[in-house]
Amino acid sequence: MDWLDRPASDTQISHRSRLWLYVLGALVLAFLAIPTLIVIPMSFSQSQYLEFPPREWSLRWYEAYFSSSSWMAATATSFKAGFCTALLATPMGTLAAYGLHVSRLRFTGLAILILLTPTIVPVILVGIGLFYAYVQLKMVNSFLGIVLAHTMLAVPIVMLIVGSALKSFDLDQERVARSLGATRTQAFMQVTAPQISFALVTSAVLSFLTSFDEVVVALFVSGGDNATLTRMMFLALRDQIDPTIAAISTIMIVMTSLLLAVSQFVGNREP
Amino acid sequence: MSSADAFDPAGRSGDYHAAGLRRDQWRERLGLAGLAAPALILVIVTMLVPVGWLFGLSFLDDNGALSLEHYKRMLAEPSYGRTFRTTFEISFVTTLICVLLGYPLAYFLSQLPRRAANLCMIAVLLPFWTSLLVRTYAWLVLLQRSGLVNTWGMKLGLWSEPLQLVHNMGGTLIGMVHIMLPFMVLPLYGTMRAIDGNLLRAAASLGSTPIHGFWTVFFPLSLPGLAAGSALVFVLCLGFYVTPAMLGGGKVTMVSNRIANDIELFFNWGAASALGVVLLVITLVVLVLAARLSRGTGLFGTGH
Repeated sequence: MDWLDRPASDTQISHRSRLWLYVLGALVLAFLAIPTLIVIPMSFSQSQYLEFPPREWSLRWYEAYFSSSSWMAATATSFKAGFCTALLATPMGTLAAYGLHVSRLRFTGLAILILLTPTIVPVILVGIGLFYAYVQLKMVNSFLGIVLAHTMLAVPIVMLIVGSALKSFDLDQERVARSLGATRTQAFMQVTAPQISFALVTSAVLSFLTSFDEVVVALFVSGGDNATLTRMMFLALRDQIDPTIAAISTIMIVMTSLLLAVSQFVGNREP
Repeated sequence: MSSADAFDPAGRSGDYHAAGLRRDQWRERLGLAGLAAPALILVIVTMLVPVGWLFGLSFLDDNGALSLEHYKRMLAEPSYGRTFRTTFEISFVTTLICVLLGYPLAYFLSQLPRRAANLCMIAVLLPFWTSLLVRTYAWLVLLQRSGLVNTWGMKLGLWSEPLQLVHNMGGTLIGMVHIMLPFMVLPLYGTMRAIDGNLLRAAASLGSTPIHGFWTVFFPLSLPGLAAGSALVFVLCLGFYVTPAMLGGGKVTMVSNRIANDIELFFNWGAASALGVVLLVITLVVLVLAARLSRGTGLFGTGH
């Protein structure tokens, strides 16, 4: 254990004197990672009671999930809402980020502030505010209502990601394209967009996840045939601990990890 | 372009062109800014208008007349005061625990070689891309009476009776710290990575011990990250709804839970709106204070 007595770097105390730092760091990392991961083995348990490690393995909770028409309907709603949110929020947020970045008018600061309000206002306020508005418009429990709400929540995320990509992008390239006869749209699509494609893909994925994971607004404005998966999970968890949720959670973890891995892969392939 | 392009006998083309170009440029920039219109309209219609509506409702009494009834009740009824105190206490304690756990972790990560740090970052980011509900569910499973923590704790002889770990304040705090910790670690890690190691070497060459160098050079330079992380965590905590609702077992009522109860159980829009307005104002005040305090230290946008 020679290395313990060596200094950690040229300006630091020895490894031994700060062993506590390594232990604490590892413990905090475990605290962050383990609770999420532990759901995975539990979802394969045979038992109704959650035990770890499970004594017997089975797929019964997956069967329970896939054979329940209400869980399936809610999953379909969440997927559809996620896709529509990504389809709407990505172009809207990108247009906003591009327009405000290029135009540099005096009121762009105000516009950015307005576009960022969804990230500042407590989500419960958005939930009850939209609920109140949708009651007047007879849009409660409608699919359109939930998609509009989730798009609004996702737009600032897209704007921030695309905006920061544009900041490090040299707009002279677009000017060159236009001086060579390209229209602004052509220049954006053929010169700028391919170079910020990573930001665009990330934005779309995060918009999807924003909608797919959103609980509070969905709790207030979705329901009936258009109840989202998160709404059903929340209500199920409030009553009892149903191991079906472990199966759903596992599927969600695998799905989001895959989505993000794919978006990383796509982004890295075309720098 | 106008006819001045082709024919300009009076020689006033300079001014004329300049004005025209300015006008054209302004028009083009306005058109470009217009690209933000769809997003702006959506946010205004689905966010500002409904929240503004609630703002109006909070100033109306049950008969629709203008009054401060709901705000007066908030001051008069001690239960509201308790809700606000709970909210502040939870937010403060969560922020404090996040600082105590997050600072050493971020420091530890910033000292690792980049490749190893990125690997460890997966553990920090894992909660980020797992649904909030999944994580809350995981804590329910771990902390319940017959849950993992209780079974293992008793197996190891740490305690003999199952402890009440969830459906109370403690469970809520554990869940919230778990959710908020990455928000603390990420800005801290970014700030710490950017600190120039030569400054510490300079301190050492001038005779400071490693610990003295840490407190007089490294720690002050990491403060902007600490301030950013703390402000973010505190503000996000103020608006929590799901975690106290699920891990608090009805015993922990934060402002958001109170608002939801007012709507779901009592259909009292005025009271809920007034609470919402106060919550929003507190959130904004904290944000503005944080931005003020950190002006010049590089928090919120400027800096790197």
